[in-house]
Amino acid sequence: METMTLNLKVWRQKDTNSTGGLVAYTLETVSTHMSFLEMLDVLNEKLLAEDGDPIEFDNDCREGICGMCSLVINGVAHGPWNGAATCQLHMREYKDGDTITIEPWRAQAFPVIKDLVVDRTAFDRIISAGGYVSMNAGGAPDANAIPISKSVADEAMDAASCIGCAACVAACPNASASLFTAAKISQLALLPQGHPERAERVLLMVEQMDSEGFGDCSNHAECEAVCPKQISISHIARMKREYMKAALMAK
Amino acid sequence: MLPLSKILGSSVGKKYVMALTGLAMVFFLLEHLLGNFLLYSTDPVPYNQYGHFLISFGNILIVAEFVLIAILLAHVVSGISVALGKKAARPSGYRQSGDAGGASKKTFASTTMIYSGLLTFIFLVIHIKTFKYGPEYAMTVDGVVMRDLHKLVWETFSNPVYVVWYVGTLLFLGFHLRHGFWSTFQSMGGNHPRYSPLIHSVGIFIAVVLAAGFIGIPIWIYFTGA
Ligand code: SF4
Ligand code: FES
Repeated sequence: METMTLNLKVWRQKDTNSTGGLVAYTLETVSTHMSFLEMLDVLNEKLLAEDGDPIEFDNDCREGICGMCSLVINGVAHGPWNGAATCQLHMREYKDGDTITIEPWRAQAFPVIKDLVVDRTAFDRIISAGGYVSMNAGGAPDANAIPISKSVADEAMDAASCIGCAACVAACPNASASLFTAAKISQLALLPQGHPERAERVLLMVEQMDSEGFGDCSNHAECEAVCPKQISISHIARMKREYMKAALMAK
Repeated sequence: MLPLSKILGSSVGKKYVMALTGLAMVFFLLEHLLGNFLLYSTDPVPYNQYGHFLISFGNILIVAEFVLIAILLAHVVSGISVALGKKAARPSGYRQSGDAGGASKKTFASTTMIYSGLLTFIFLVIHIKTFKYGPEYAMTVDGVVMRDLHKLVWETFSNPVYVVWYVGTLLFLGFHLRHGFWSTFQSMGGNHPRYSPLIHSVGIFIAVVLAAGFIGIPIWIYFTGA
């Protein structure tokens, strides 16, 4: 088994109100077969054995579906692999002697809770503002009762694949939440089930996004490049069209 | 319709303003460059006649100038607002910066829009002061007295300081347009798998043509004049 020694610089921060800083660690015998998060597990076991404070980082599924993992690795959200979340990155990407800097998502709207863990409830509030469809209770409707063409279903599915990780915010030079917000607006604007609340949704979600203190979109498209689901900025364009229509037609 | 203040105050509406005013100024620049091609001629008559023709519009021209200033100011205000919002949204930046590559359109041009924009604004103030409010030379063509702006332009660009300043700032205008042009479409919701790559290429083309066209004037005059 191939092993390597890595120089890690990890952001350590006690709590929201303290100022953090990068702390250097040397980690030996890192296997190329490990995932990036397993590498951090090994570091944490070492820290615990030395009576140190383990590094806090968010994770859950470790297979790219929950959206919890959230590390900026050498300045790139979710690290160097396109279309992959942090948990899907593997150590075969690195070689012996590499220096890796690990930082949390940085945005005013996402305060650091500890070390690499940030509070992303701002996203929950954007969804609560309009990212849903209202259903009447009663007998279950027939499946496939509403015809939806394949191309529309595909595009809606692309938008729906957003896992809410917020890498888009982390990578955006303006810390804008446009890609996340647009993905949900776009998904529901494409599907007939989303139409009754369509205009209201875009206005409320954009308003909530703005009030959370995210920046404006300057079309850098860095979000699309880091998004583990490779969600296209064409969904941001749809959000802009939806907003235009809704703002003009609003009573 | 929503109250206009609410639309324009939103992150989306702010970018409608920036996009529409930016696109309007691209059209102005294209017209400006077309007229200025007459400056490549050592004969002052065609250029001065063109200037005289514009001035003959009288009040219509003054209204147009005010509209242009309003467009410019709206663009500047929305740009400053985006820049300030960016600072507030991430007060403490990454210790190590990086680029994701791939689908990203983040470039030197896109990340320096506020600087290239403000530089262009300062340039404009000086530019208008130098020429529009500069010394009034006169000449007579076919019995008509008109302003000899050609002489002023050629005189100004015999000074290497002006030439360097124009070349330097207009280069940044080129960068501004390189990200700005395609951005106007994206900000207005114009994104289409068939046309977006074309719009992106047209943006680069327009940036190069406008920057090169304007930059060529001081260089050409400096080396052919005197
Ligand atoms: S749009 Fe992509 S990067 Fe942003 S939250 Fe969704 S999955 Fe994450
Ligand atoms: S841990 Fe679930 S997506 Fe990475």
